[in-house]
Amino acid sequence: MKVARSERYSGRLLLVLLMAITIIPFVSMFTTALHPSGSVPDGLSWPANPQWSNFVDAFTVANMTALLSSSLFIVLAVVPVSLVISTMAGFAIGHLRIPGWRLLLLLFVFGLTLPFEGIVTPLYYLARQMGILNTRVAIVLPLIGLFMPFAVFWMRAHFANMPPEISEAARIDGTGTWDLFWRVHVPLARPPITSLGILMSIWTWNQFLLALVLVEDPTQRTMAGALGAFQGHYATDIPLLCAGSLLILLPTLVVFLLFQHQVTTALLQGSVKG
Amino acid sequence: MRTLPLRRVRRQAVVGWLFVLPALLMYAAFVLQPVVLTVQYSLYRWDGVGPATFVGLSNYETVLSDPNLLGTIVNAFRLIVFFSFIPVTLGLVVASIMRRVAAGSLGTVARTVLFLPQVIPLVAAGIVWSWVLSLTGIFNQLLTALGLAGVTRAWLGDFDTALPAVGFIGAWVLLGLCIVLLLTGMTKIDPALYESARLDGANAIREFIAITIPSLRNEIAVCLTVTVIAALAAFDIVYVSTGGGPGLATMVPGLQIYVLAFSARQVGLASALAVALIVLVLVVILPIQRLGRGSVE
Repeated sequence: MKVARSERYSGRLLLVLLMAITIIPFVSMFTTALHPSGSVPDGLSWPANPQWSNFVDAFTVANMTALLSSSLFIVLAVVPVSLVISTMAGFAIGHLRIPGWRLLLLLFVFGLTLPFEGIVTPLYYLARQMGILNTRVAIVLPLIGLFMPFAVFWMRAHFANMPPEISEAARIDGTGTWDLFWRVHVPLARPPITSLGILMSIWTWNQFLLALVLVEDPTQRTMAGALGAFQGHYATDIPLLCAGSLLILLPTLVVFLLFQHQVTTALLQGSVKG
Repeated sequence: MRTLPLRRVRRQAVVGWLFVLPALLMYAAFVLQPVVLTVQYSLYRWDGVGPATFVGLSNYETVLSDPNLLGTIVNAFRLIVFFSFIPVTLGLVVASIMRRVAAGSLGTVARTVLFLPQVIPLVAAGIVWSWVLSLTGIFNQLLTALGLAGVTRAWLGDFDTALPAVGFIGAWVLLGLCIVLLLTGMTKIDPALYESARLDGANAIREFIAITIPSLRNEIAVCLTVTVIAALAAFDIVYVSTGGGPGLATMVPGLQIYVLAFSARQVGLASALAVALIVLVLVVILPIQRLGRGSVE
């Protein structure tokens, strides 16, 4: 494609500018984190005497080890279960086309646009009634339910496109539905399952509202919930807040940079289908 | 295909339903049941502890007449300008530039960088920008350097600028997603369309309006759906950056529900607003969905 040189340069300039707007806030956070704790530095200035120890302090006050294990626990409790049950449901609705599948699909699709704020109040009272308030289970169970509309919808889209011949061949060999699902269809569904797993892990890690409402102790929360609590406590100590926030963000950034391609693809497909 | 005996068909239907059951149970228990409960709570006056009094639709009357509560809905619509309109229009412009001038490594790097805000928690975006837009933050530093020291202020704390500032944070988060989505859509457009337009003497702007935008109908609908839901149901960014203030300048329905239910202990009123929000999102999103569906499925 022929593009005038001036256009090429102005276009690239715009791109670089946009990238700068994306990156500079983080750079500002980083330089701020190196200023003496308790001071109010300028937005972007390199300190005379960088306080690397701020990161160590933040690691201790934020209780990073507890936060990390809590978030990991929640992700590991939510994502595998959600994957299994949504894949099974997607298979029955999209491929087996069980009687009533249209109605079931409609029921799940209703949940796609549901804002979490719309149901968080009754979730609080339900959790209290079940005696799980202020435990990680109070985040895990609702989150599995809240993921179902998207996850079932996503897996159904895959199974609806699988030719019926695949199952017919296996059926003739006398394979039951259970084996048909696990031996034939799950292996074929690996790509959409992987993307869904990535998406739900990110969404769980970043879930804020449920953590805020259902669990008071930051060390029992998701990463985003912990970050919110950390901001609440250290709002006045800006260097420490910046150091802590960066530490809390670090795992996400590392995972993103390592699995950039998979994460981008999953998020893109996720928004298209959702 | 041979017909199966009726008993086998029935057995298969039962087995199939067993496959759906776990997902359906979790969904029913933790989504459908709370939806029904929200509707039920909305008909009562209840402080969350003592006995509840049935009040009919009066909570809904309050939602529709109290200027503060209506104000939250107005704010949600104002946020759509920033969360949806800016990322989608700017996204269209940037994506078409990227398609033309940045096919190489700059394009790849840009995709990754611009996607970054999409991966971090919204809470983090709120914290980062609270600092950037604060009195001593880098934004004011930049303005001062440009000789605009007179307009510097605490952008999130000023009645006139707080809502646009919150909106800007949302635009920052959502722009990258829109760009990459639209760019993916653009690569699917047949280059021959552009060739023939050029032969007809169309310039870049004409091309953009006559070919690019209509071909991207579906992608634009997706961007609008995602961003409009993000605007109407905004919570994390507002909670962290302004808490709804100053005054009620940035109060949005999601945060108002939280405040009413857990601070003001007006569970019934909070639930009526919640029902209003659920319905509002549905009513706004359905027409957008229709716009996109026409072209693809």
